[in-house]
Amino acid sequence: MTCDEVRGRLELFVDSEMPADELEEFNAHLRGCSACAANALGLLQTKLATRAAGVRYAPSPEFRRRMEQSLRARSKPSWLHLRFPRFAVAAAAAVLLIACATVWVHHSAREDKLTEIADLHVTDLASTNPVDVVSTDRHTVKPWFAGKLPFSFNLPELQNSPFTLVGGRVTYFQRSPGADLLFDVRKHQLSVFIFKEEPGEFSAHFGTATATRLALHIETWSDAGLRYYIVSDAPASDVHALGDLLRDAARS
Amino acid sequence: MPLLARLYNFAHWLTQDRGEAEDLVQEACMKALKGFSSFHQGTNFRAWIYRILRNTFLTSRAGLRVATLSFDDEEDPPAEPVASGTPESILISSLDQQSIQAALEALPVRYREVILLCDVEEMKYQEIAETLSIPVGTVMSRLARGRKAMRELLNAASIRGASGSGHK
Repeated sequence: MTCDEVRGRLELFVDSEMPADELEEFNAHLRGCSACAANALGLLQTKLATRAAGVRYAPSPEFRRRMEQSLRARSKPSWLHLRFPRFAVAAAAAVLLIACATVWVHHSAREDKLTEIADLHVTDLASTNPVDVVSTDRHTVKPWFAGKLPFSFNLPELQNSPFTLVGGRVTYFQRSPGADLLFDVRKHQLSVFIFKEEPGEFSAHFGTATATRLALHIETWSDAGLRYYIVSDAPASDVHALGDLLRDAARS
Repeated sequence: MPLLARLYNFAHWLTQDRGEAEDLVQEACMKALKGFSSFHQGTNFRAWIYRILRNTFLTSRAGLRVATLSFDDEEDPPAEPVASGTPESILISSLDQQSIQAALEALPVRYREVILLCDVEEMKYQEIAETLSIPVGTVMSRLARGRKAMRELLNAASIRGASGSGHK
């Protein structure tokens, strides 16, 4: 593979779109060519910087409430549907969508925040690159965050637990950087988000809490100035068990 | 509502206005509910709802304002490979988040949207193609050209910053 061929396919590489059968040859070239490696690194850094800078605008709580009211108003059945069963089926589907999508009612900042946290988890699962550091070793994942976050945290030893660490990446929540860690348990995935707690804000709204959003279990607590969230479709008992491990690790 | 924050962020980038972004998201969600029967189970829900949002944008006041910029890629020349000898790693480390946001804002919408879908929403090329109703090859071409334009904008900002600090 020549440098020209590599340059023409760098975008595929950084976007994780390169066919598997080309990847080995491509990686071999990068290992031996500092110019192409620098270009690949540059593109990757631009992509990561764009990802961080691109999460810029957040819907206001007032807009969220307005949307919820609109969607709920929309979900009310009308006599028209009864006269036209075909439309009634479509309406039922819409109501079902709303029931699934807006099962939570976020009348407060607390509810808005939990919803956004659930969104982060859903986005993680939909992502082509759910983690930037891929490792089951906490001693690899934790140091990866050094210098990327304005705080540090401990990860638990998982050897005698049903959980597996998948990896992590930096995420943003209300414009604050935080750790986004992915764990597996019996084919379920659990996202753990850790942010620096804003004085007075989160603690006033949250304390320690559990909630359910769209069949996702969420557990949140505060410890030593950090706000933790676990989000997963795994049973609530698994979410709580991972929370216990993280709480123990934080105290060690 | 799942994806509300992401949809809103994307809408605000498209419209560059809070009020228009809110109108756009609201209208798109209403259309999605109204046309939910057209969503085929097993297909990509995210691409479906982003496509509704983007199509709604194209027919909105904000969308019509940028309609003078063609969304047709007929005139797009083939994508150029990444230039060698310009390590963006050095460039990016010297630029702050505001510079990157300013460069994204300055991009034509058709490049801005494809970069946002790929880098921020982390969609696969196929998913972006479904969202924008364009071939995968066009997605790749727009991405390459958009990123090249962004590098040039960031380079220009970097040079302006350097000469500005040099005059002090």
